[in-house]
Amino acid sequence: MNTSPAQSHYQSQTVSEQVETHTLSVLVDNEPGVLARVIGLFSGRGYNIDSLTVSETEHTAHLSRITVVTAGTPMIIDQIKHQLERLVPVHSVVDLTVVGTPMERELALIKVASKGEARVEALRLAEAFRAQVIDASTEHFVFELTGRLNKIEQFIMLMQPLGLVETARTGIAAIGRGKEPM
Amino acid sequence: MARKMTGARMVLKALEDQGVAHMFGYPGGAVLPIYDEIYQQDKVQHILVRHEQGAVHAAEGYARSTGKPGVVLVTSGPGATNAVTGLTDALMDSIPLVCITGQVPTHLIGNDAFQECDTVGITRPCTKHNYLVKDVNDLSRVLHEAFYVALAGRPGPVVVDIPKDIQFATGEYTGPSKVRHKTYNPPVSGSQDAIRAAVELMGGAKKPILYTGGGVINSGPAASQLLRELAHITGFPVTSTLMGLGAYPASGKQWLGMLGMHGTYEANWAMHDCDVMVCIGARFDDRITGRIDAFSPGSKKIHIDIDPSSINKNVHVDIPIIGDVGHVLEEIIRVWKARSAEADKAAQKAWWKQIDKWRAKKSLNYKKRDDVIMPQYAIERLYELTKDKNTYITTEVGQHQMWAAQHYHFEDPNRWMTSGGLGTMGYGLPAAVGVQMAHRDALVIDIAGEASVQMTMQEMSTAVQYDLPIKIFILNNEYMGMVRQWQELLHEGRYAHTYSEALPDFVKLAEAMQCVGIRAEKPSELDAAIKEMIKVDKPVLFDCRVEQMANCFPMIPSGEAHNEMLLGDAEEEGDIKEAISEKGKVLV
Repeated sequence: MNTSPAQSHYQSQTVSEQVETHTLSVLVDNEPGVLARVIGLFSGRGYNIDSLTVSETEHTAHLSRITVVTAGTPMIIDQIKHQLERLVPVHSVVDLTVVGTPMERELALIKVASKGEARVEALRLAEAFRAQVIDASTEHFVFELTGRLNKIEQFIMLMQPLGLVETARTGIAAIGRGKEPM
Repeated sequence: MARKMTGARMVLKALEDQGVAHMFGYPGGAVLPIYDEIYQQDKVQHILVRHEQGAVHAAEGYARSTGKPGVVLVTSGPGATNAVTGLTDALMDSIPLVCITGQVPTHLIGNDAFQECDTVGITRPCTKHNYLVKDVNDLSRVLHEAFYVALAGRPGPVVVDIPKDIQFATGEYTGPSKVRHKTYNPPVSGSQDAIRAAVELMGGAKKPILYTGGGVINSGPAASQLLRELAHITGFPVTSTLMGLGAYPASGKQWLGMLGMHGTYEANWAMHDCDVMVCIGARFDDRITGRIDAFSPGSKKIHIDIDPSSINKNVHVDIPIIGDVGHVLEEIIRVWKARSAEADKAAQKAWWKQIDKWRAKKSLNYKKRDDVIMPQYAIERLYELTKDKNTYITTEVGQHQMWAAQHYHFEDPNRWMTSGGLGTMGYGLPAAVGVQMAHRDALVIDIAGEASVQMTMQEMSTAVQYDLPIKIFILNNEYMGMVRQWQELLHEGRYAHTYSEALPDFVKLAEAMQCVGIRAEKPSELDAAIKEMIKVDKPVLFDCRVEQMANCFPMIPSGEAHNEMLLGDAEEEGDIKEAISEKGKVLV
C-alpha cells in the first residue's frame, strides 16, 4: 500500500530531516465515502500508508475509528494531521506516537503446510509464540497470532522454511496508555 | 418549522432561505424537476450558460466580486464532469461555491446508466466537501450545511449530488439552523499569546515586510481596511501575491508591487533581505518562494492563516497564528497600539533607503515603440482610461495575466478576478459574465489572450442573452506567449505548437455573435479604440494587436532564488537561455 514519499521537486531540495513512523488515530463519522476521503488524501498528497485499519467503534453515534501508521519527516507528519483535521466528517485526529508510547496490536492468520519434522517444529514454535491453532489437518496448520508488529514479523519469518503458504493480517489497532480516552 | 414538499422544491426553498439571488447553470435530464421549479418562481434568477465550465467560472467571478457564495446547477454525467475544472479552480483559489448536480435515480446508481458518473467520487479531491443525498428528508439539512461548509474557515467549493428520484420525492423541509456543526468548526480568532509574540517581533524589526495574499480579500472588505491601518501605524512596506492585489492600494506609499515569479525587483529583494516577514493570508506557494532553501534566509516569519494545514507546509514559520485575517489583524493593531515601545524608526529609515534603491531599477520598464503596440503599453492605457470608473478586471492565464497584474493598479479589494492556483485558461470570460451579473452598472473587463479566450468563447452568447456588456480585451500576439517564453528558457526556442494558427477574425466573430468587434493595430489608435469600447453598451471583443515576441519580465526562473531575478534587458544580452539551471528545468 506504499505510495512514494511526499516530495515535490521543490521540497526535495530541502528535505534533510529524519523520516519517522507515527501511529494516528482518526475518529470519523461512519458515513459512505469517509474511508475514500482519508485514503484519497494520502494518495493525492503522496503520503505513506504503512498500515490502515477501520471499524465502527461507537454504534449509537455512528463513529468509526481509523488507525493509520504512516511515515514522514516531522513536517510531513504535522501536515498529515492538519490535512486530516480539515476533512468535514473527521471528529478528531490524535498522534498516538506523540502522546506517548501507544499499545499497538495486530492479528495475523498464518497457514503452514508441511509434514514430518517441519510440521512438529512449526507447532512447537507456535506454542512458544502463544499462537492458537484454529484449523489443522495432517498436512497443515492455520495459526492465529496476536501481538506487536515485530512479534508477528518474527513468527512469519520463522515459518518461512517450515512450509509457510499464506498470511492474512489485520493491520495495526492502537490505543494510548492510561485511563484517559483520546 | 418543518414543511412537506418535494426535493426539487426544497432546492429552490433552500436557495431562497440562503439569500441566493442568482445561479448559473445548464439543464439536463437529471435536473429537470429542479428546472421545473425554477420556472415556477422568480426569487432566484437562473443564468443559462453555454458550457458547465462556464457556469462554475461565472459563479466564481460572482463570488469573488461580491463575497457571497456562487451557486451552480448542472446535470448528471457530462454536466458534472464539465464542472470539474471550475471546481478545482475554486478549490485552489479558496472561492466559496455550492454546486448542485443532478444524478441518475438511486436505484440506477452503479448501473452505468445513461449520463451516469460517480460524481462524488470524481469531485472528492477537487471540492472542499461533497454529498450524495439518498433520502429526501436529509436534503434541506445537507443544502444548508453545504453553504456553511463553503463559507466557513478557508472557503471552497461544495458539491451536492441529488438523484432524480429524490427530487421527485416528498419530505420534510427544515430551514437553516444555527446549531454548531458537529465536526467542522474552524477557529476564527488567533491565540493571544501568538499575537503578543508577533507584535513583540514586529516591534523590534529593522527590515520588516508585510506579505499579503488572497486570505485578506476572502476575510472581507474590513480586513483590507485593517491591513491598511496596520501598514499605516507600523510603516512597514507591503507586497502581495497575485491573489491579494487590491487589499492594499497600489497608490499607497508603502506598496512595493506584486512579488513572486513575475513580481517587482523591490518586492522580491525586500522579501529576500527582510528580517521580519509577516505573511497575512498567503500560503508560500512555489510561484512566490522560488528556490525554497534560498527563500528569505535571514528572516523570522509570522504566518496568519485560517487553515492550519497551510502552516509549515512549504516554509517553516516561527510564529503561526491560526485565525481569520480580519479578527487577527484587529487584535494585532490593538496590541500594537497598547504597547509602550516604539518601532525602530532609524533602522526602518535605512530599510526604506535600500528599498528605494531597488525601486530605482524600475523593473517593470519596457521599451516603448511607435510602430507597434507593446502589450504592457496596452494595459497601461487601459488602466489610465478606466481607473476613474467603477471597474472590475478578470483575466485569462498567461503573459497577459502577468502584465495585467503588473501594469493595472488596484485600489480596492474584490476588483481583481484571476485564476491563481490552478492557472485555468478560459477563466476570465465566464468570470466576467458572473461579475457583470452581480454589478450591472460596472465596467467589467476581461484582459485576455487570443489563445485563452478561445477556450470559453461560447459564453459571449450568455453575455448577449442577459445584456451583460462585458469587454473582452484581447492582447493578441498570435502566440501562447507564456508557453513560448518557457520554450525560449528551456528548449532553445523550439516553439512546439505555441503559435496560434488559423485564428478567427475577432471583429467578424464578434459581429456573428451579436457583439461589437473593435481592432487596434497601432499605438496611435489605441486610446480612441479603448474609449469606444468603454462607450459601447454591448459585449465587446477588442482585438488588440500587440508586439508578438514580447516576453514577461521581471522573472525569477524556476529553481532560482528571489535575488536571482531576470530583468527585462536580459533578453537582449542573450542570457535568457542560460538563466535556468539543469535542476530548475524539471520544475514547472
